[in-house]
Amino acid sequence: MKQFADLHLRPPLEEREQMEKLICKATDLGYSLVAISLPPKIKQATVLFLRKTCKSHGVDFATRIDLTPKSSNALLKSLRLFRRRFQIVGVNCISKSVARQAAKDHRVDMLAFPSSNPRKRFFDQAEARVACQGVAAFEIDMALLLQVTGFYRMRLLSSLRKEVAIAKKNGIPIVISSNACNPFQLRGPNDLASLALLFGMDNVSALNAVSVTPSAIVKRNREKLDSSYVARGVRIVRRGTNCDS
Amino acid sequence: MNAIWDMVYQLFGEFGASQTALFLVKRDNEKGIVIVRCSHKALNMVRAAITAVTDINRKHAVIRVVAVSGTLKALRRKLFEH
Repeated sequence: MKQFADLHLRPPLEEREQMEKLICKATDLGYSLVAISLPPKIKQATVLFLRKTCKSHGVDFATRIDLTPKSSNALLKSLRLFRRRFQIVGVNCISKSVARQAAKDHRVDMLAFPSSNPRKRFFDQAEARVACQGVAAFEIDMALLLQVTGFYRMRLLSSLRKEVAIAKKNGIPIVISSNACNPFQLRGPNDLASLALLFGMDNVSALNAVSVTPSAIVKRNREKLDSSYVARGVRIVRRGTNCDS
Repeated sequence: MNAIWDMVYQLFGEFGASQTALFLVKRDNEKGIVIVRCSHKALNMVRAAITAVTDINRKHAVIRVVAVSGTLKALRRKLFEH
């Protein structure tokens, strides 16, 4: 049975009731893994509360940070500071240089382009060629698509269609997430997959984008952040002076 | 139902809306469940439109697709299980 994941939830972190409602709704809709976007200076008590709430609802919890750097140097500085503290690192690419740097860097998990204006979306063929040498996935946030209407929605769908085609052609994984701040913005995994039809994704790819791909990203990062991880394919199995016994 | 029609019209236009053959079968206000029928070829379009509904009569609302089936009998069975 497929395990569905939503890797971008943004509940209001000051209101515990709202956080719990969002997690409860996500569980009801069938998600088994959620990643919640946290600020860099998050209180440990909040993280513990989120972990406990997710566990009580039977859903797996992953921590996520969204970086919005103004330059590629700022991105590199942020990655150095935050990579090992969060299980998922997403970068909002607001300029071309940031987009290129994020695509190249193996520490970045998600490339997001938060604008509906095609001139502010930098996922083109060149970006894809850089990204296919890294590990970053192309993230599609559905909240923006549900929010805009008319001409702006048409423009966004047109951009997404081109970007999805570029990502597929270059073998870049695509992740669909809700980017929900409240339960009204959450949609079930099959519903998100059906929305993906609007910008040219077939049913199989869309379902993989809400299940297999995001789960693989979290699994990969958890292995890397584990204390026994040394390098790809190399793990510490046992420590001690006499490791033969 | 108007909200769904409006969204189908917004997303797919008159031509797209004409392909859906969408109509209401049953509505249960108490349980908040609506059964609609559409052309099987337009299922994904209708599903996308239903998902894209964000308000009904200017109030925040979300419509969730609970079950899809080819026959009413099987659909009622799935709803009962749900």
